[in-house]
Amino acid sequence: MAATLVRLSRGVSICRRSMSTFSGQDHVETTKGKRMNLFSAINQALHIALETDPRSYLFGEDVGFGGVFRCTTGLAERFGKQRVFNTPLCEQGIVGFGIGLAAMGNRAIAEIQFADYIFPAFDQIVNEAAKFRYRSGNQFNCGGLTIRSPYGAVGHGGHYHSQSPESFFCHVPGIKVVIPRSPLQAKGLLLASIRDPNPVVFFEPKWLYRQAVEEVPDHDYMLPLSEAEVIRQGSDITLVGWGAQLSVMEEACADAAKEGISCELIDLKTLIPWDKETVEASVRKTGRLLVSHEAPVTGGFGAEISAAIVERCFLRLEAPVARVCGLDTPFPLVYEPFYMPTKNKILEAIKSTINY
Amino acid sequence: MALRRLYLSSSSPASNILLRSLSPQVQPHRSFSSGDQTLTIETSVPFTGHNCEPPSRSVETTPSELLSFFKDMSLMRRMELAADSLYKAKLIRGFCHLYDGQEAVSVGMEAAITKKDCIITAYRDHSIFLGRGGTLIETFAELMGRRAGCSKGKGGSMHFYKKDSGFYGGHGIVGAQVPLGCGLAFAQKYQKDNTVTFVMYGDGAANQGQLFEALNMAALWDLPAILVCENNHYGMGTAEWRAAKSPAYYKRGDYVPGLKVDGMDALAVKQACKFAKEHALKNGPLILEMDTYRYHGHSMSDPGSTYRTRDEISGVRQERDPIERIRKLILAHDIAAAADLKSIEKDIRKEVDEAVAQAKEIPMPEPSELFTNVYVKGLGVEAFGADRKEVRAVLL
Repeated sequence: MAATLVRLSRGVSICRRSMSTFSGQDHVETTKGKRMNLFSAINQALHIALETDPRSYLFGEDVGFGGVFRCTTGLAERFGKQRVFNTPLCEQGIVGFGIGLAAMGNRAIAEIQFADYIFPAFDQIVNEAAKFRYRSGNQFNCGGLTIRSPYGAVGHGGHYHSQSPESFFCHVPGIKVVIPRSPLQAKGLLLASIRDPNPVVFFEPKWLYRQAVEEVPDHDYMLPLSEAEVIRQGSDITLVGWGAQLSVMEEACADAAKEGISCELIDLKTLIPWDKETVEASVRKTGRLLVSHEAPVTGGFGAEISAAIVERCFLRLEAPVARVCGLDTPFPLVYEPFYMPTKNKILEAIKSTINY
Repeated sequence: MALRRLYLSSSSPASNILLRSLSPQVQPHRSFSSGDQTLTIETSVPFTGHNCEPPSRSVETTPSELLSFFKDMSLMRRMELAADSLYKAKLIRGFCHLYDGQEAVSVGMEAAITKKDCIITAYRDHSIFLGRGGTLIETFAELMGRRAGCSKGKGGSMHFYKKDSGFYGGHGIVGAQVPLGCGLAFAQKYQKDNTVTFVMYGDGAANQGQLFEALNMAALWDLPAILVCENNHYGMGTAEWRAAKSPAYYKRGDYVPGLKVDGMDALAVKQACKFAKEHALKNGPLILEMDTYRYHGHSMSDPGSTYRTRDEISGVRQERDPIERIRKLILAHDIAAAADLKSIEKDIRKEVDEAVAQAKEIPMPEPSELFTNVYVKGLGVEAFGADRKEVRAVLL
């Protein structure tokens, strides 16, 4: 695909998290497309996935009715209740079932209604899905399994509708963890995840379901996994993030630019296995690194990025790696804004890293 | 049709009509027999047992108990309607699950047990909290994240607790509270204090695996745990029959006996819970399936009308409403006049409105509360950010 790609310029607008420019960097063929929000892009990807592979199935809590975020609207009507169906409220069962379905050579697309509800299924993901191929000496695998789940803050979600559990899964060799930042990305990465021959946990930024709107090509396309993307070029400091947090980081970069600081922003997209080379190349250029995510800072994936880059770029670094993340508290109900790694916190961190 | 309609068969034997009594609060100038006289009222439908002999349909009550049922349920109903408005006004954030329609389960259960018995439930917990003796102010303050809330404003709608009356909350993950409840029951059994735990969950949670793990342990060790399945017939947007091969939840314990109860009839709930407590203390766990109904959607983000018909909802309101059932009994037994009941409802409305107004005035928790209670003493919790100085200042 990559050779024939032409750049597409799009406008992205987000009301609340005013994300201005994720344009011009994505490698997607020019084709006609429609402006749509993130849940519609997911919905379109799922239509394509089910259309192009008759052995693909979609299931989860309330997905038959379109799901709580409307991502699965129209799929049961279009593909029938044999392929798109509701499950009982039993996350462990949903994932285990999906592993079995995938082990027979099918594409099992399971939805966990909120990432906060994924923990009952943790055992199935960690002990069954991730190790199936390895422990059977490659006789069996569940590569057709993709687990979709909305993650992250939404402004008022409270303890159990806001968490970002990605780092738990990044500690598990054998699965991939993918998080898109925008509608166009979501469609391409979801299709790539569904068709990837490894089990994938695909976290969707629920804050952006309706907020992020951009032009999304109509056709069937995939974006490569484990390839990070530089979405803003800069020379003074490298910022690495993923998902909804990128829009906050983008704002901080824009503000920093007003103060004469040139930031390079990287969307990691796939957390494991992650694209160390792109980040390393950028840090070799800028000499500074900041990582930001919503999950609590301690043991977050930012720690891994920090460690890996320090190993690779120790002599090139001009300041300690900065992490601007969620606080080490449970996700709060009131005072969510204090918890969040906001634009101002990032801006402060950029400045103190530059002035170190 | 997922929902079996149970028709209200308010039976009032002739002998009971002679028993006229009223609450002194309602009409103090009329001096009839005290509210303590015994009435015997038959439940709307018989109990159905699974591996156990069901209790009698005849429930003993008193005029004052009926009046308290009426008041408590009306208060719960009114409170939930106020929460609905507060949520829509964005004064309540987070997720919010309302209990209107299911009130008989809470009041009937409380009438059969003491505050030394424990209750643990999921996230539809406002009315359970009220039933355990919580106040309206604590409720509304918690809902709005204010410091006078029952969880200091740190829990919100889904996380109500009341330690002094054995209410262990208030849990956000479907089914996760059931094993906890069995742990509570083990502690009770060990202490030999003749108390039990009522472990509440919904028909949606009834399909979670951990429920069966907990049930096995409870049965294996004869724990005084009563699993109360509040079957409101929809697990979020999915009708019970779409999610459960057998929606006869009272039978799903297999080796654990069960009882199916009209959860819209507070007296039936009371009878069942009394029976269950005795059973559990003697023989170990029991499943009570409460056939009930929620008028609201699953949560405030669910209009509640896409997966069921409006006719179904209004049909339940007309035929099975728990408050109307008690109202009819009160009127049939001439315990209070219709106007008295109206006036009680009016007072309740005022009480709720005042509590809402007061709760709105209560400040939010201190910002530093964000960092407390993570560990015993907030050990080592510090706010990261690149500029640590600034955030540390907030901590102090």
